[in-house]
Amino acid sequence: MRQLLNTLFVTTPNAYLRLEGETLCVEVEREKRLQVPLHHIGSVVAFGDVMLTPAVLRRCAQDGRGVVLLDRNGEFSARIEGPVSGNILLRQAQHDAAGNSLTALGIARACVVGKLRNARQILLRGAREAKNTEDTQSLQQASRLLANQIRKLPEAVDLDAVRGLEGDGARIYFAAIPLLIRANQRQVFNFERRSRRPPLDRFNALISFLYTLLVNDCRSALEGVGLDPQLGFLHAVRPGRPALALDLMEEFRPIIADRLALTLINRGQLTEQNFESRVGGAVYLNEQGRKVVLTAYQQRKQEELTHPLLEQTVAIGLLPHVQARLLARTLRGEMEGYLPFLNR
Amino acid sequence: MLILVTYDVSTETPAGRRRLRQVAKACLNYGQRVQKSVFECKVDQAGLEALQRYLLKIICEEEDSLRIYRLTEPLERNVQEFGKFRAVDFEAPLIV
Repeated sequence: MRQLLNTLFVTTPNAYLRLEGETLCVEVEREKRLQVPLHHIGSVVAFGDVMLTPAVLRRCAQDGRGVVLLDRNGEFSARIEGPVSGNILLRQAQHDAAGNSLTALGIARACVVGKLRNARQILLRGAREAKNTEDTQSLQQASRLLANQIRKLPEAVDLDAVRGLEGDGARIYFAAIPLLIRANQRQVFNFERRSRRPPLDRFNALISFLYTLLVNDCRSALEGVGLDPQLGFLHAVRPGRPALALDLMEEFRPIIADRLALTLINRGQLTEQNFESRVGGAVYLNEQGRKVVLTAYQQRKQEELTHPLLEQTVAIGLLPHVQARLLARTLRGEMEGYLPFLNR
Repeated sequence: MLILVTYDVSTETPAGRRRLRQVAKACLNYGQRVQKSVFECKVDQAGLEALQRYLLKIICEEEDSLRIYRLTEPLERNVQEFGKFRAVDFEAPLIV
């Protein structure tokens, strides 16, 4: 069996990577934090101000070990690769999969399963925490409806059917979202339906901003494993649209973005003053509001969850990277089908 | 597979001390130091043979001793860890 090599993530600012014999050393403030034999490492992902010696870069390029540079927010900056890499094969596999309606359907379905299952978890948690029985019952009802949609997914015969179930599911979910907002905040965050370009209320403005951050992270993760972020399965290809990043993002929307939005609102960390209205009814976060959200988002990414498939704790910010690797493995035929990240 | 490399290298002569340093360095290329003269290395068959060949070239078989153990899976059940040192699992997520 082919051994799956590890990825080294370096997130500590001013970390210094150098070779020592056949090992890679990570030093922070001249102190050796980690020394790993090169044969364990398949790629290196460096966030922000990480220094890599020319020897490290050259050696990685030589061995076909990908080096990915992301900026501090996780946005893709560059990938350094040697002359020969499996990249073309992976991309070819991705294009083949996109052309094979059965494979594409499988992946698209998995993305939607991930989204709806995780959305349902949010509703169930809301039902447990609701302050009155009426809300609890409505949330339980909505999660039952969502469960129905999920149950219908395996029977969806084509992409349109999957997209239809996703749309209905999203509508059920968003209709229940106002019940998750604490009663004293419902006046300020009177969310009725999803609106975008432009967002028409504060809640929409907030989740739109979070989705932008999230899609960037997903895009970086895909570029990091060498997938083409523009060729999607669930989302149709359109010039300039990171369709695959949008596919990958589906499973993370509820658990990373929506949950964070609700927390920020319910804890009163965001108020009316953090938003501004523009002509034509558009609502956006103002600079102060964006700062609050960015800080919270970065903190949220530091939190750890147990990945049910890997049975390991993973920082939330690394989940897109983990899932992108699973997607690449699926496309290479090393895994039978893509398995989305399912919370709990 | 996980192997355990342990050694006794004579340090009585400068040449012996030199061998000791070389052996340690060679082991580091394949795994991690878990105790003074004990290394754990996760290697495949090729890696094991390469390491073994490499080490045999360094040591002096009249004066030194080298032992390589192969640990049976599942490692969680067969390897127990006590005390202050915690080995790094090179196959677990590596995040610094």
